[in-house]
Amino acid sequence: MNSAMEQDSGMFTVQSTIGSVLCCKCGILMQPNAANMCAKCLRSEIDITEGLQKSVTIIHCPECDTYLQPPRTWIKANLESKELLTFCVKKLKNLNTVRLVHAEFIWTEPHSKRIKVKLKVQKEVLNGAVLEQAFTVEYTVLDQMCDSCSRVQANPDQWVAAVQLRQHVSHRRTFFYLEQLILKHDAAKHAIRIQQMDQGIDFFFGKRSHALKFVDFVGKVSPVRSRNDKQLVSFDSKSNDYNYKYTFSVEISPVCREDLICLPPKLVNSLGNLGPIVLCTKVTNSIALLDPFTLRHCFLDADQYWRTSFKALLSSRQLVEYVVLDVEPVSSEVTVGGSRYILADAQVARVSDFGKNDTIFNVRTHLGHILNPGDNALGYDLYSANSNDIELDKYKGFSIPDVILVKKSYEERRQKKRGKARTWKLKSLNMEVDSTARGYNEEKISSEYEQFLRDLEENPDMRFNLSLYRNKEYQPSEMASSVADGDELPSIPLDELLADLDLSDVESNDDDSMAE
Amino acid sequence: MATRLQYENNSEIGVFSKLTNAYCLVAIGGSENFYSTFEAELADVIPVVKTSIAGTRIIGRLCAGNKNGLLLPHNTTDQELQHLRNSLPDSVVVQRIDERLSALGNCIACNDHVALTHPDLDRETEEMIADVLGVEVFRQTVAGNILVGSYCALSNRGGLVHPHTSIEDLDELSTLLQVPLVAGTVNRGSEVIAAGLTVNDWTAFCGSDTTATELSVLESVFKLREAQPSAIVDEMRKSLIDTYV
Repeated sequence: MNSAMEQDSGMFTVQSTIGSVLCCKCGILMQPNAANMCAKCLRSEIDITEGLQKSVTIIHCPECDTYLQPPRTWIKANLESKELLTFCVKKLKNLNTVRLVHAEFIWTEPHSKRIKVKLKVQKEVLNGAVLEQAFTVEYTVLDQMCDSCSRVQANPDQWVAAVQLRQHVSHRRTFFYLEQLILKHDAAKHAIRIQQMDQGIDFFFGKRSHALKFVDFVGKVSPVRSRNDKQLVSFDSKSNDYNYKYTFSVEISPVCREDLICLPPKLVNSLGNLGPIVLCTKVTNSIALLDPFTLRHCFLDADQYWRTSFKALLSSRQLVEYVVLDVEPVSSEVTVGGSRYILADAQVARVSDFGKNDTIFNVRTHLGHILNPGDNALGYDLYSANSNDIELDKYKGFSIPDVILVKKSYEERRQKKRGKARTWKLKSLNMEVDSTARGYNEEKISSEYEQFLRDLEENPDMRFNLSLYRNKEYQPSEMASSVADGDELPSIPLDELLADLDLSDVESNDDDSMAE
Repeated sequence: MATRLQYENNSEIGVFSKLTNAYCLVAIGGSENFYSTFEAELADVIPVVKTSIAGTRIIGRLCAGNKNGLLLPHNTTDQELQHLRNSLPDSVVVQRIDERLSALGNCIACNDHVALTHPDLDRETEEMIADVLGVEVFRQTVAGNILVGSYCALSNRGGLVHPHTSIEDLDELSTLLQVPLVAGTVNRGSEVIAAGLTVNDWTAFCGSDTTATELSVLESVFKLREAQPSAIVDEMRKSLIDTYV
């Protein structure tokens, strides 16, 4: 090939075939090389694996199948895996004098406690000849329990850090939502134990750092204030090692979505006269408040809230259903904090009054964009409410509106759909629930959960941070029949749902293809 | 018959000695072992002369010669020149030449009839070689190396060259030199042939690291084996019977 090219360029080169010489040791014919010895003679002369370790001891924890890398790290690796190969090769000293070309495992019986690795190395010998040689290293596996396993063995329920999450309200909606958030972000993957308590949840961790990380996570998704403390468990006076139990007490603010709040006068002034009656529209790590009469909104972050802490006047348990008789928009569409509102005057009557008497309320509402005459809406009945709020008393000469509408009601349509399964479902954390505790009401909790699921259906921005999974038990045929009713029930579009990864043996084929 | 020996624990014999059909030059060493080995082999046949050239012991690589003459580099001292003239037989012409490349042993490989030289040798030197040594001079390379004197050892019966020499080169050199050539090694795989070996028509000396295989190659190419009647007859038969008519 070369000579053809060179002949093209006009140069003449002599073709040279290398002759063969006799190997200087054994005398067989061979191609001349830098050492002028055949490979076998060279290999018999020179052993490039001299000085390399051929047998090594490694320590293995039988409980968690990890191998010790001194001084203190334990590396998880299965037998004959890539991680184990890397670990074994790293264990060898002096391997930098030769060049490692190939490494692989030789099968050994797992019970023999021996691992054999075949390594191919290359080294330069004599005058430039590179010799490649394969050799086997034998690893003896010693069993020894790692620190964490031995601690678990000694006392399985031992926790080092605990996070006590509390919210002093009478419902558990926040905790349902938080549970889904925690699942989505895997924030509780290091938790040893999760226990459901009255008005909160307790999380137990094996390390303080895990608990701190969890507290940080909760602080990012809810307005919280926290404090922490530690208790001495034991100490070693010789090495000055102190073992503590750490406790973090995290309190979530009692203000929830759809709560009616009367702000304290100082806060009203600092927010620029944002009417004392406000609705809470969204709670993330800051609280979004909306004045329903002026359509002004503001955000309070956790510090600001806890400085002037206030409680809700009325919460969503006290919502009353109204029938909308007439709607008249007053202003044009306003976008407030990502959602659109239209200020409107509405004539409403309570469903309980409707048909029985003529009690009609004329109210100003911010829901002009979705309410039409004939709709049902949910709102707070301040006309007949008896509020004992200190803040409200501070306002003299303030006329409290009769009704504040909060959201549109889909109750009628829900009646039709009662009993039909949803297309989606949620996962849950494995919490320990103490069902014999005082004050534990299972019915109340399940109805709150149902309400939570409905909230999810109605609010796309609430779903934003969560993972919803396709419900396998759902029968699509039933849904088809009710579509004809002109159903306007808000439902979750199918493309928002994640397919659940099912690792069961029976249905593995089907599910693997659907898995995310 | 090939002999294995060492010069002060060094196997590079060809550096410290020069062997031709008419004389043998040996370097001055600490002990007399080197000299006595040569003497034991050669004393009754040819003179064995102890000398230095330019005050050094690497005489094998500095001078080039055959039975007709001996060429010395320009830095040879007058005493050494005189000593050599006195010790060697009168038929041998001892000549000091002025050549930029003063390691004549590395640049010139010769037997009694032909010589291979370094391609960059002066014109005058070439003429000197032809004159003093009475040989035909060819400028050549061996396996791409210009130091032909190092990588090739010649006698009147055969020659050994660098192991990486290609077959075409071997054929070409063989035609030029009119002797059979073989590519091989000496001193356990060393490629510098002339440094490890010194040879004449009936005997050879090589370094003690030379393996048995290499030794057998030497003996076969330089035809040093004791003549056995059957071998001679076989060989002669080939030359006797020219053609079948």
